[in-house]
Amino acid sequence: MRATVIVMPKESVLDPQGVAVREAIKHQGLQGVKEVRIGKFMEIELESGADEKDLHAVCRDLLSNPVIEDYRLQVHP
Amino acid sequence: MRCAVVRFPGSNCDQDCYRVLREACDTDYVWHKETSVAAYDLIVLPGGFSYGDYLRCGAIARFSPVMRSVIEEAGKGKLVLGICNGFQILCEARLLPGALIRNASLHFICRRVTVRVENMDTPFTNAGTTGALLELPIAHGEGNYFADEETLRSLDRHRQVLLRYADAAGRASAEANPNGSARNIAGVCNRRRNVFGLMPHPERASDPRLGSVDGKVIFESILQNG
Repeated sequence: MRATVIVMPKESVLDPQGVAVREAIKHQGLQGVKEVRIGKFMEIELESGADEKDLHAVCRDLLSNPVIEDYRLQVHP
Repeated sequence: MRCAVVRFPGSNCDQDCYRVLREACDTDYVWHKETSVAAYDLIVLPGGFSYGDYLRCGAIARFSPVMRSVIEEAGKGKLVLGICNGFQILCEARLLPGALIRNASLHFICRRVTVRVENMDTPFTNAGTTGALLELPIAHGEGNYFADEETLRSLDRHRQVLLRYADAAGRASAEANPNGSARNIAGVCNRRRNVFGLMPHPERASDPRLGSVDGKVIFESILQNG
């Protein structure tokens, strides 16, 4: 089985990388860019039967920092 | 007083901390795979790039075997000092509130800054003077202190902010803030006041040959408690 995790900075956290990339996109000539936010995408290969509760614990304790980030976990059997 | 300087893979300020502490007390290096720091009165998490700053700064070091004991000893009231990457590790371990995110400028900043001592009512600052200005080096890419509004208010209410970036006149102005830190915060302690984390490097400003001895006040404060 496979799990995918997306970790994004919380809305309330300034994302200076996203701001810099937004400006770079504008310089490329693309019109109407309002906001860019940069996060992380992780793929985890697992033996089948992993407990989703354990995966959430890993997401919460290690893969993201709840002070500054939110995560989304998807499990693909 | 017995002091431990914890070494993680990627620590690089461990020798500086060791040199400063060794002059005044019994000091050991402790490898991060050790499982107990119970023998020590002060535990220092030095600066560096533990685990290459992978995932987030301090996120992996926080789960090193030694950290379970560091958390336990902090709970017993032992002194824990985290400098730079050590501060990041303490935040990741939830021994200190908030988090350290990318500098607002996106630049790695390596220069001397001025910080203002906010209060001396802790074992880390009690040899100092409230309002005193210290010249200390910073060297970090992720030193931008972040906490939500409620946490920031609580930090002020409980006088947990020990250092703020300030200008030469002692004003915690936006211009004096090198990295975008909330409320110019350069260092905070926990409610119990026995865990302290700061981004500037007092150990790099504790010898006249290094150009400043302003950092000594932190170590003198700690040592006079022991």
